[in-house]
Amino acid sequence: MTEQDLPALSIADLQSLLRRREVSPLQVIEALRARIEAVDGEIGAYLSLDTDAAAKEAEKANVDLPLGGVPLAIKDIINVLGQPCTCASKILQGYRATYDAAVIRKLRAAGAIPFGKTNLDEFTMGSSTENSAMKLTRNPWDLSRVPGGSSGGSTAAVAADEAFGALGSDTGGSIRQPAALSGIVGLKPTYGRVSRFGLVAFASSLDQIGPLTKTVHDSALIMNVIAGHDPQDTTALNQPVPDYAANLGNDLRGVRLGLPKEYLVEGIDAQVKAAINAAVKQMNSLGAEIVEVSLPTTEYAIAVYYIVATAEASANLARFDGVRYGYRAENPKDMLDLYGRTREEGFGAEVKRRIILGTYVLSSGYYDAYYLRAQKVRELIRRDFTSAFEKVEAIISPTSPVPAFKLGERAADPLQMYLADVFTIAANLAGICGISVPCGFAEADGQRLPIGLQLLGKPLDEARILQIAHAYEQSTDWHKARPPIATAMPKA
Amino acid sequence: MSKPSDLDVAYVARLARINLTEAEAKVFQKQLDDVLEYVEKLRQADVSDVEPAAQGLPILNVFREDAPRDWFTAEQALSNAPRKANGLFVVPKVVE
Repeated sequence: MTEQDLPALSIADLQSLLRRREVSPLQVIEALRARIEAVDGEIGAYLSLDTDAAAKEAEKANVDLPLGGVPLAIKDIINVLGQPCTCASKILQGYRATYDAAVIRKLRAAGAIPFGKTNLDEFTMGSSTENSAMKLTRNPWDLSRVPGGSSGGSTAAVAADEAFGALGSDTGGSIRQPAALSGIVGLKPTYGRVSRFGLVAFASSLDQIGPLTKTVHDSALIMNVIAGHDPQDTTALNQPVPDYAANLGNDLRGVRLGLPKEYLVEGIDAQVKAAINAAVKQMNSLGAEIVEVSLPTTEYAIAVYYIVATAEASANLARFDGVRYGYRAENPKDMLDLYGRTREEGFGAEVKRRIILGTYVLSSGYYDAYYLRAQKVRELIRRDFTSAFEKVEAIISPTSPVPAFKLGERAADPLQMYLADVFTIAANLAGICGISVPCGFAEADGQRLPIGLQLLGKPLDEARILQIAHAYEQSTDWHKARPPIATAMPKA
Repeated sequence: MSKPSDLDVAYVARLARINLTEAEAKVFQKQLDDVLEYVEKLRQADVSDVEPAAQGLPILNVFREDAPRDWFTAEQALSNAPRKANGLFVVPKVVE
């Protein structure tokens, strides 16, 4: 194993080397820095990288801790002490975090090293990472395509071996959808499983932080560290955290998996459909019983989401007013001028659109028709999942109806972009957990584009969906496939 | 394509304290009319006996001990201020 090969390792494999003292944490940081230098000019995954800070951490890292000496990339919407936290928005340019988010505190206590802040759609509002005010991130499998979003910087970094693993956040699919389009594993935990303290809020009743990794086992290793109670986030459930990595096995005997009859109908790419059908067959051969379930109200999920999420965003983003931190418009003549121009110049188009929509659906005379009604339909969606989970342990669907699309292809039509999240959004509304695992490839223009399989689980049943995902993953070679940029020789 | 909605983008943008150019307001108007037309489908759902869900999972009141703890110093809190003086955030005059 040469230093150059290190970045391709999974977290688990890296830890074996570290614990056998075959490599040092400092060598790992150096290898990763070299890899990022070689490929990130093409990928554009990182917004900032503090090698000195990481090297200092590496020098004192204890490799026997649960994630000792493992560098992890962090989506640039999670506060890391002393580092920028731009949310890929001009309005937070120059901001430096004055504290660690709860997940960062937990990662550090477990010996992990936060290394690099990754690109995203501005304030996570998007499904392609194209809404970043900072830079474009390209899909490592096909540089003319998007990596998905909003955690596209994190997923591209992991897929291109520029990170061993990363943290993302998922409000409507922002972990699972880019994981699928980038060919890696992404877990959205149950609402309340992971503390959001220090995550810049977009939609507080939907946001969750979760891991992005090369394997399901790695996902479990990160969950073991970040899950659990936190007195600083009242929504962080005070429930025991199981050892997620302990019971990962290889068979699915006795497991009942639900296939929603509404999900494999229209608007799904034929190659995606074929890959999902093949995966279902594969899980069946591993012993799983496949049961048809019905989720009739999920057809309302996107509509509910764009009311609830924009309403919450309009309130949460009121704090960006040019007074206490971040960007401020030049020479304001009074306070209203300061607010109005700061927010005009600081926010990008998608963020403005959503704040305006959210302000509208909460405004007097429209609240009942939009917001209240959406919250009621949300309850119907939750009930649909509750009854489905009486029959099955997990629900299978595609993660995204299509593989990675071309840069710019959907950027002009917000509604088309919203529809990319059709399979992921309902899980956030219902508060349940979900994971995306690689399940095959589509071919387009002579390139292989990853396809993701989504497994949705009951509240707090992450252990179960990790077990199912692991058994499936280990029976395939999809997770071992490398994007062209990973197998190419790095530039000297 | 889209039907006009009741949304007046220029007016709501003022409520949200976001200045918009006329051109931007016009583009947003059309895009948000599309979105509002799409969400009309919620009218088809029967919600007659449903309590609204504020969040996916029922979480009851959560309390912690009301005890002081260390937090930002004034200096840290001011460290990202666009303008500051004498330990305070500086803004345009708000009273005559």
